[in-house]
Amino acid sequence: MKIEKIKIPGKLSLKEQDLRLSFLRQLEAVPNSEKIKSCIQCGTCTGSCPVSYAMDISPREVIALFRAGDIESLLHSKTIWVCASCYACQTRCPALIKVTDIIYALKRLAMEKNIYPPNFPVYSLSKSFVDIMNSYGRLHEPRLLVYYFMKTNPFKLFSFMPLGLRMAKRKRIGYFPSKIKDIKNFKNIIKKAEQYDMPRAAEDVQYLKDAVGYSAIDKKTELESKK
Amino acid sequence: MDYSYFPGCSLESAHSSYNDSVKKVFDHLGCRLHELEDWNCCGATAYMSVKEIVGFAISARNLAIAEKNKRDLIAPCSSCYTILAKTHRYMSELPELKNRVNDCLKEGGLSYNLSVKVRHPLDVLINDIGLEKIRSGVKYSLGGLKIANYYGCQIVRPEKGFDDREEPVTMDNLFSAVGAVNVYYPMKVKCCGGMLMTTYEDVALKLSKEIIECAVNNGANCIVTTCPLCQMNLEAYQDQINNTYNTNYVIPILFFTQVLGLAFGFSEEELGIDKNLTAGINIKTETVHQ
Repeated sequence: MKIEKIKIPGKLSLKEQDLRLSFLRQLEAVPNSEKIKSCIQCGTCTGSCPVSYAMDISPREVIALFRAGDIESLLHSKTIWVCASCYACQTRCPALIKVTDIIYALKRLAMEKNIYPPNFPVYSLSKSFVDIMNSYGRLHEPRLLVYYFMKTNPFKLFSFMPLGLRMAKRKRIGYFPSKIKDIKNFKNIIKKAEQYDMPRAAEDVQYLKDAVGYSAIDKKTELESKK
Repeated sequence: MDYSYFPGCSLESAHSSYNDSVKKVFDHLGCRLHELEDWNCCGATAYMSVKEIVGFAISARNLAIAEKNKRDLIAPCSSCYTILAKTHRYMSELPELKNRVNDCLKEGGLSYNLSVKVRHPLDVLINDIGLEKIRSGVKYSLGGLKIANYYGCQIVRPEKGFDDREEPVTMDNLFSAVGAVNVYYPMKVKCCGGMLMTTYEDVALKLSKEIIECAVNNGANCIVTTCPLCQMNLEAYQDQINNTYNTNYVIPILFFTQVLGLAFGFSEEELGIDKNLTAGINIKTETVHQ
């Protein structure tokens, strides 16, 4: 067993320290994200979730694993990808934790760290979506499906043919994507915004070295107030 | 009354019937919708879960354009509605996010100063136009039409908007006002699976099946929705649900503006009901001339 793998209470592995910092940064754009500290493990989120039956780690356990200092397991879970973002958990949480937004943050972190199986469906779908958006400014649904199935399972496209024909018969398929006029400035906006979304250097990992669970949030706040 | 109007990508192609019926209904009630000039895709959940600031920035581009017109912005697609509203809310709550997003918008010669109200057409119908005026516009009573009002996730959640998050009633009130019968429908805010239909199909089929099952068992003639993605999942996958679960559900899934349009006397063609995959079922036989 590698030393890195041994979980010592109160101590985080280097990898986990890095993940924790990146995770907290992903939460920067979520208002009141520090509410994650108020979790009482009541399980209302799991009970409200329509897809928790298909998850390997329940929404309640997501918060518990963050507290226990095991973000790595979360990034490898099916949970973060099977979330349908219906916001039922977030609406009902008695501690006002933004559970759905936290799962989004984990999803982005998994993509940033390249932790997902090759040709992974959710990632491929999101990626196809982003590719179309970046070149046209608007989404073109038929193209999205074609891109997506070419990346994952080209044969699946054939099974969509009957539905496609039925849709076409009812004039519900637009064959050409519409493009926004001011695509140049649109691309400029995206280019600038992408700089903000770049993974940043973990220059202040030292600060969070021993911060396990909720104390990581306090340390981060402390760090920011010093800046 | 004048509003800016954000149709969104799916109302441009697969769900043009929603677009047409929203316009017809608002026109009938004397409201003018001005399509937002050169709008772009809101980004939906797909963008937000890949790149956060880019997601906020492209969504805010629409808000920045709408701000120039000084009108409320109507977005009929639930996903567009929730993403635009979320962008506005998070930018108001986090000054740091607002600065970052405006920094990006500056590259496109725009800026957003938090003055746009994002509205859903259902909200505008009930709270701005009012049931009185709607009732006076009715030409046909929808007597006998039994409706399952399906709100879905994203117009009632995550934040408290124009209706309750667990037991919304705006659509129920709207359709009782025009003479329809609302069936008991506890699945009204349950999730249909959304984009999982392409990624985890088995999960989405189960969720959609439960929504249809409840409506059919409670005697509904149709399910009425506010969301293009819900409409697609519930309608286009009915055959697959029947194959998977050995059932034989055939129930029309309509947009709420299509049913309202029927009460206002528009034809099925004008409202795009003939574009529905379940169009063979005659809904109008249920309506009675007043």
